[in-house]
Amino acid sequence: MKCRSCRQPAVVDVRRHNAGFCAKCFVRHCRDQVERAISDHDMIPVGGTVLVAVSGGKDSLALWDILLDLGYRADGLYLGLGIGDYSDESGRRARAFAAHRRARLVEVDLPADAGFDIPAGARAARRAPCSACGLSKRHLFNAAAVEGGYDVVATGHNLDDEAAVLMGNVLRWDLAYLGRQRPVLDGGGGFARKVKPLIRLGERETAAYCVIRGIDYIVDECPMSAGNKHLGYKEALNRIEARSPGAKAAFYFGFLDRVADLVAGEAQSEREGLHPCPGCGSPTVADVCAFCKLAARAGGHPPVPAAAAPEGDAEDAPAVRGPG
Amino acid sequence: MTLRNPRRQVEMAGPIKVNSLLDRLEINRESVLVMVDGALVTGDATIADPAEVEVRPVISGGSA
Repeated sequence: MKCRSCRQPAVVDVRRHNAGFCAKCFVRHCRDQVERAISDHDMIPVGGTVLVAVSGGKDSLALWDILLDLGYRADGLYLGLGIGDYSDESGRRARAFAAHRRARLVEVDLPADAGFDIPAGARAARRAPCSACGLSKRHLFNAAAVEGGYDVVATGHNLDDEAAVLMGNVLRWDLAYLGRQRPVLDGGGGFARKVKPLIRLGERETAAYCVIRGIDYIVDECPMSAGNKHLGYKEALNRIEARSPGAKAAFYFGFLDRVADLVAGEAQSEREGLHPCPGCGSPTVADVCAFCKLAARAGGHPPVPAAAAPEGDAEDAPAVRGPG
Repeated sequence: MTLRNPRRQVEMAGPIKVNSLLDRLEINRESVLVMVDGALVTGDATIADPAEVEVRPVISGGSA
């Protein structure tokens, strides 16, 4: 197979594009796709500061690498979740990447800062581990971004993630979740603006990007995620994709183009009645926010504010650049 | 060759095309990368014998 762009031997094939790429052209392809997603959805304001949610996995490290190369002022935020060796390994990779790129990494440690870890939180709240983890991550990313004054939080959700979440939401016809399944969630009222610049790349592409770029990401799956629904949806979609390349992209982008606006109002009503949580100050519609409830059940406490700020290490940062 | 998640070793005779190898292992090509002697290869590439092959899963994620 030849590279679609330069006709040199290809090292990566992307069946939904019916194309192969050499290493150099593949890196450019990934950057182009991220740049297009940012531009199409007005994700990042010109000169804006970005806090990248970094797990040490392929998606978040690829995203951070690409944003830095595109010239964005992007810091990383790593959350230590207390999942044994897995957290140790993922944290080590996030720190190594930050050091290599001379980028700023903000760290929040759930056990140290909130008094519980994900395994304990899941047990105490009788939640699935991925549910407790997702709740904690959303809360802590948002809090760190708001406290640090960042313009946006960028997450490494890729096309496979979004298609799998969409499949789950459609199977349940969960209109509120469908209403907020967008590449950009606006900020305001205590919420940071959240963006997903990897929606035009599949996870096979982000993994290949890391291999080509020499990014040492954690390959092993989180030991607590085995058997979760999200992975099951991905496997089902990949079986469809193998027979019909492009099916995942058609499913997700068809939703964005033709359905998302129709259900947007379902999510809007959820923001009515928001007020600050008495425990941590984060917006909630309940008496106490879900994270503080989880922390209380797990024997923890509201988190100590993260020492996050968009400034610092400015002399090492790449030139500020926005879309266009 | 090395298969990841869980990590295990499998011996298989070559030469063989990457896609044929994945079919024989009943692995969906959308869910893995294949590396031969440390380098990424496309599905139509032929794997020589001997070669060190890694089949690396790319599916990840709990909550989203």
